[in-house]
Amino acid sequence: MKIVAVCGAGIGTSVLLKMNAEKVLRTLGLTATVEAADIETARASRDAQILLTTPEIVDKLQGLPSEVIAIDHVFDLGEISEKLSKAML
Amino acid sequence: MSLLNAALGVGSITLAAEAPDWEAAVRLAGSGLEASGRTTNVYTQAMVAAIRELGPYVVVAPGLAMPHARPSEAVLETGMSLVVLKTPVAFGHRKNDPVRVVFGLAALDHDRHLELLSEFAGKFGKEGFVNSLLSCQSESEIRHLFT
Repeated sequence: MKIVAVCGAGIGTSVLLKMNAEKVLRTLGLTATVEAADIETARASRDAQILLTTPEIVDKLQGLPSEVIAIDHVFDLGEISEKLSKAML
Repeated sequence: MSLLNAALGVGSITLAAEAPDWEAAVRLAGSGLEASGRTTNVYTQAMVAAIRELGPYVVVAPGLAMPHARPSEAVLETGMSLVVLKTPVAFGHRKNDPVRVVFGLAALDHDRHLELLSEFAGKFGKEGFVNSLLSCQSESEIRHLFT
């Protein structure tokens, strides 16, 4: 399973999302690769099962063969855990 | 020195700052990056433009924004700046407004700031860390929090 964390530049918000998603996956005992990318890269690669992003970016990721998950609070591992496990399990 | 304290160069921290709106707050964060020699003014413009174009996706947690733009020639060195606002401002985020703490981030490329952000995530992953930061009265107290 491949998860891509997406933000506008691919260096800030998406990196924080990626790090916290990896923490959550370890806790849940789930295996997936997580990458950080900007919107254009994420749209072009099309190989992720899940795109993890923030509410403002969701609209820019429509029409792709991936489930899009919006995280409000990037440091809330509970929120990430709940939304990720719903999509993965 | 922690990576966070090293990333926050001399002149990068502004406390009790006054900003009438989100754009002014982001510009102050940009000024901190410029003053500490990490970016040029072009980067500040790029941070504002990114939020105008894509919305307030840099508001990563309640009360906390981390404006940034892509790596470019406007980035001289990887670094951060910190602006603590006297009065909170709205960025237009559906859940995390209003913002009182603004961390400007500049990265040279996609890799060399990852450990820095890992340290950042470790600090802000702690419940109540934003409030601890807001209770600081001086730069030295803030730097102590980041050690």
